[in-house]
Amino acid sequence: MNGLLEKYGAEIETVLAKYPAEQKRSAVMPLLYIAQREKMYVSEKDMAEIGEILELDPTEVGSIVGYYTLYYDRPGGTSRVQVCTDLPCALRGADAFAAGLCERLGIQLGETTEDGKVTVEAVMCLAACDKAPMFQLQDGKGLKYYENQTVESAITLIEKLKK
Amino acid sequence: MEYILLRHRDIPDLHKLDVYVKHGGFEAFKKAVTSMKPEDVVEEVFKSGLRGRGGAGFPTGLKWRFIDKKNSPRYVVSNADESEPGTFKDREIMESNPFQFFEGVMICAFAVGSNTAYNYLRGEFWELGDFLDGKLAEMEKAGYLGDDLFGTDFSLRIHNHLGAGAYICGEETALLESLEGKLGQPRLRPPFPPSFGLYGKPTIVNNVETFTNVPPIITKGADWYRTIGTEKSPGTKVFSLCGNVEKPGNYELPLGTTFRELIFEHGGGIPDGRQVKAIMPAGASSAIIVADDEALDTPMDYESVPNVGSMLGSASIIVIDDSVSMDWLVRKTVHFFKHESCGKCTPCREGTYWMAHLIDRIEAGEAGPEKVDLLDQVAKNMEGKCLCALGEFAIQAVITGIERFPEDWKIEAPRPEVA
Repeated sequence: MNGLLEKYGAEIETVLAKYPAEQKRSAVMPLLYIAQREKMYVSEKDMAEIGEILELDPTEVGSIVGYYTLYYDRPGGTSRVQVCTDLPCALRGADAFAAGLCERLGIQLGETTEDGKVTVEAVMCLAACDKAPMFQLQDGKGLKYYENQTVESAITLIEKLKK
Repeated sequence: MEYILLRHRDIPDLHKLDVYVKHGGFEAFKKAVTSMKPEDVVEEVFKSGLRGRGGAGFPTGLKWRFIDKKNSPRYVVSNADESEPGTFKDREIMESNPFQFFEGVMICAFAVGSNTAYNYLRGEFWELGDFLDGKLAEMEKAGYLGDDLFGTDFSLRIHNHLGAGAYICGEETALLESLEGKLGQPRLRPPFPPSFGLYGKPTIVNNVETFTNVPPIITKGADWYRTIGTEKSPGTKVFSLCGNVEKPGNYELPLGTTFRELIFEHGGGIPDGRQVKAIMPAGASSAIIVADDEALDTPMDYESVPNVGSMLGSASIIVIDDSVSMDWLVRKTVHFFKHESCGKCTPCREGTYWMAHLIDRIEAGEAGPEKVDLLDQVAKNMEGKCLCALGEFAIQAVITGIERFPEDWKIEAPRPEVA
């Protein structure tokens, strides 16, 4: 029994309809987002099920998970605070912002808070260079931008996430 | 100046379908589909001199001419993978003037005979993707997308497709691989996408801003378009201005506007009483320009920026003040490219890895001047040897940062000769 198909059958059909019938493989990325929705990572079982739907070897599905940064193959924080520390953001204080945030949370960059809820990590350019410091919040439901941030505004948000 | 691309700054609520239609929306598409031959549309865009706004500046009409009409189906793909550090223009266009962008895609699809178009958005633009899904649904409902448009036999559907965090997918063949559900790694070229693109079929890939230029060209004509900008770089450009500048943001200005005007008149100059030290005109991929008077008075167009040793690229102007040391800056760019190197070709995969190791030690003060030479040598050994432009981009800041700002590298002893 294919758990993903059983649970998200209609949604998966909508995704598949976007691509030519003989090019089902194109749906691998949207399907991975669906698989990741509840637990914020893609399990081996998910990969096998996606492989079954798209007629792909699970290893090939796994290679996509490994290649793209927004997919995870193991559990982490259920929310990921991803701070852009690339050059343009860094010129506007992003490194100090990320360090200040981690200090307040008592973690190092890349680590998860003790309750397993929030991971803070540095990421590459998010195309919001004029509104730094900024981060995106990734959880199973998707991604959302938070721009022109201070450590205080970020902590306020994180406190809400931890509840 | 009247906005051509960022028209939402003149017209509130332009992202609403009725407002867009009220202000001439879809007139260009209707004109093309009901009164022009596809090849006439291509020729009008060719005559306008529009050049690709994604970075390469390739003539858009020429690319459209290359479409292989003997093969079908044909596809149109818009590159909305905006990921170059310093670039944030396509996002504003899609958020605030989405229909003009889609109308450009639609005109292109008609011109090259394509019935399916994909908009490849970087995965981080998730909210924007949801927003654009809604816009496409509205367009279909209103009869601008679907079957037999305007009573003709032309049919078209557009789909959004989210990537998942890979800068390299902005390279058009890597983007196509990714859209096919594969690793986003560049293909060996030729063949180029107009003959062998998505699923091996003829495909036009253009940047979001490029498409957004097309509707006014069709409505007002190529001759009108050529009255703006310079002879070889017609039209306006959305310059993304960021870094050490008072008012960062997007500025739509005619191509050929000087760096000085953008940074000081529009951008409000350098904060905290600092001086401008350097400019990166094409984001992290730029050769770094020393910001002297000659550079500041250089017109920002595809021909002039090379005269001061860099390129216009996607026109993401990163302003760097005199508090910044180039070893720090180069560490930032090198780590970006190391992270984003796709690993397919050896010079880029290994070169970015070793450059990152060297720059970390240099910036930490743990390496002597010979390591700066070695870094320079590694960069120069990558030059011209990589499969795609990412490798070339990765070395620009390294080579020019060392050559043009030698005082930033804590070099005390004379450099030994390096074979």
